[in-house]
Amino acid sequence: MNKADVLVVEGLAVDYKLRRQTSRAVSDVGFQVAAGETVALVGESGSGKSTIGNAVVGLVPITAGRVILNGKDITRATGRQRRSLAGQVQMIFQNPYGSLNPALTVEQILAEPLTAGLGLSLREAASRTVELLERVHLPADVMKRRPGAFSGGQRQRIAIARAVALRPSLIICDEPTSALDVTTQAAVLDLLAELQREINMSYLFITHDLAVVKSFASRVVVLQHGRIVETGTSSQVCNAPINPYTQALVAAAPVPDPVIQRQRRAARLGALSMAESGVSN
Amino acid sequence: MSNAGDGVRNIGVVGRFFRQPVSVIALILVLLITIAVTFASAIAPFPPLLQDLYRSLQGPSSAHPLGTDSLGRDVFSRLLYGGQTTLLGVLVGCACFVVVGVILGLVAGYFGGLTDRTISGVADTLLALPGIVIVLAVLAIFSQSVYASMITFGVLSSGGLIRVVRATVLSVREELYVAAARVSGATPARILFRHILPGLYAPIMVQLSLFAGICLAVQTGLGFLGVSTPPPAPSWGGMVGDAAVSLAQAPYYLYFSGGIIFIMTLGFAVVGDGLRDAAAVGSSGDNPLRRRLGLKGKSDQSVEPFAGKREDSPLLSVENLTVGFRSNGNFAEVLHSISFDLERGEIVGLVGESGSGKTLTGLTLIGLLDPDAEVMTGSCKLEGEDLLRLDERGMTAIRGRRIGLVSQEPMVALDPLFTVGDQLMEVLRHFTGGTRKSLRDRAVRLLRDVRLTDPESVLAKRPYELSGGMIQRVVIAMALAGDPEILIADEPTTALDVTVQAGVLDLLRELKSTREMSILFVTHDLGVVADICDRAIVLEAGRIVEAASVDELFAAPKHEYTRRLIASTPSLLEES
Repeated sequence: MNKADVLVVEGLAVDYKLRRQTSRAVSDVGFQVAAGETVALVGESGSGKSTIGNAVVGLVPITAGRVILNGKDITRATGRQRRSLAGQVQMIFQNPYGSLNPALTVEQILAEPLTAGLGLSLREAASRTVELLERVHLPADVMKRRPGAFSGGQRQRIAIARAVALRPSLIICDEPTSALDVTTQAAVLDLLAELQREINMSYLFITHDLAVVKSFASRVVVLQHGRIVETGTSSQVCNAPINPYTQALVAAAPVPDPVIQRQRRAARLGALSMAESGVSN
Repeated sequence: MSNAGDGVRNIGVVGRFFRQPVSVIALILVLLITIAVTFASAIAPFPPLLQDLYRSLQGPSSAHPLGTDSLGRDVFSRLLYGGQTTLLGVLVGCACFVVVGVILGLVAGYFGGLTDRTISGVADTLLALPGIVIVLAVLAIFSQSVYASMITFGVLSSGGLIRVVRATVLSVREELYVAAARVSGATPARILFRHILPGLYAPIMVQLSLFAGICLAVQTGLGFLGVSTPPPAPSWGGMVGDAAVSLAQAPYYLYFSGGIIFIMTLGFAVVGDGLRDAAAVGSSGDNPLRRRLGLKGKSDQSVEPFAGKREDSPLLSVENLTVGFRSNGNFAEVLHSISFDLERGEIVGLVGESGSGKTLTGLTLIGLLDPDAEVMTGSCKLEGEDLLRLDERGMTAIRGRRIGLVSQEPMVALDPLFTVGDQLMEVLRHFTGGTRKSLRDRAVRLLRDVRLTDPESVLAKRPYELSGGMIQRVVIAMALAGDPEILIADEPTTALDVTVQAGVLDLLRELKSTREMSILFVTHDLGVVADICDRAIVLEAGRIVEAASVDELFAAPKHEYTRRLIASTPSLLEES
């Protein structure tokens, strides 16, 4: 374990209880996130990638393993200890339409971590919220509006402003751009990169889209059925995947170039039919 | 922009409530009576206990607007003063009802587990207890105490409210913004009062106004029996009791004393009904389908530089299509005179971001526009026949048989209560009919066509037992049931994982070649466009900015917006 690691996850397992059954969503997952680094958790639905993020911030209970944040074991942190961690780890959710309370104004939403987490008075929080909006490139006059007045991209900017309000050392980004249009996605990713440089935060970037990861993350952890199948630098994983599942993921992702995409498709279908004939033999 | 958004919110429950004239009248009546009762000492012409035995049981007169009772007391004044005890009793009952119901409901819903089970048990017990009997028993101890009886009644009745609040909390607790507040370091108390309670106002108000009516009835019933308010103090129930005794001599007395109870009870109930209707989300579509074909704006193709049109006669030809939405007298044009063609056996991508009008175009073609949407100009010709001029019956003959639709949310397209077989065979029966056996055979064949292995077992399954990719294949099979020539695929793979998406795209490509089907592929994903489309039409804010074969479009995009879209699309390719 490296001293500069912001987050260390070791042997993490998370069970979900449904009625009498328990099913294991995540098993034996371990990885580190260094200071100022972006690590991507990539997987398809049901791979357990979001569960890992939720386990790190304490939204789901951990069955086994350890989560160490800035050198402190937070695996079994109590509610009170969790609340004091708000200044160290924050989260940006996938759906900016759900993650902002529609009844509150932008000012109230941004003040929440400052008053609840930092114990500032509303008046003290007010000056900070103006600065936060500036950071995410929103004009200060949006303060009194409610989430209903904003587009998806603008809402996600507000959610990002809320997450960086306490200048955390780590932000869990749970598919922050998958509900957005491509041009908006590009702008939000630019914003996240810019904030990372300014505040020197680490990101745990959860996504299903390898293409997004390729330019945005330095390292990638690929998950399938709650287990890690491959870990590596993003160019390694995207250009020369070793694990068959990762290879299938890379092959299935369409690229925005019809000529190359035709070649990729032919290669994928060829590999597929070879695999099938291999099975029948 | 903000005003529009806020307006939508504010119109919410309160706005819709005030659009119901009956509810508003009821609310005004209830408020008027409450205010009059509150200021009884200022309004009442006589003290409530002032007797005048010379004037007993007199009808309405200028001195006594509502007449007098058997002891010659002014009925109007007694109604006003009596209302004070009565309504105060209702208030006390309602307060207990809300405080107990909301607090226990909140705690049960938010904390769950043992707390929830204990409180739910209490709520069930309260619901099972005979409230009135217990209230009478309490009155035997606290003789003639209005407040003791109403506190008891309020608490005993709160079981229903506990359940309503608990259920609402359970759903609000799952909202992402509650998770966000937890991550922000908010305490449970703060989350409960800031994020969860506001979502409960509407259901609580509904329950409360309905309970107020019940409370008033019980309260006056107890007064009538003479067990709650000690005479000679006035109360509405007691006055009805008085009036019943002298019913033969002075029927008007009963009309007035009973009437005010009637008005108040009805008022509470109507206000409650109004709130409930206002709180019910998703108003019924009472607007008739309004589709108007304007004759203005004669087609003028020469001004369409980027129209995706070609010379020979195409299968489907859209010309100068302009669609907009009408709301509150404003008309907002969303599609601006778009034109394009779709040839046989061709996959054309309709590409754009949210709000570009791509989905609206698809829905217009299949005649499934929102009631508020209106086609202003243009034509959509399927082999020369204008779909926009067809009536509902004509359109029914087109839908499914000539143009099929596959939507983005496959789960929504299927009914979870029925098996895949039931639903697929229902569609087949609609199109062709036939015996159960032949329908089943054709259903199996269709599922095989969409490359589902083991179609027999899929037929017996319900939608929630299938994976997202399998469901989308079933939906595609349903769209194929009428053997359409055109498939409108509205983001059919957006909700799917990439590996599953690749399979569904392979399937669509195969259907195109085996069935010579034309597909209008609505999507925002340029990677998907590059993979599956022959041509692409790029929409920006309801206008076609570029239309070209995909090879041309990606190799040499002409429009700045197309270039920006391509540049923004993340790619696994090496940066060139």
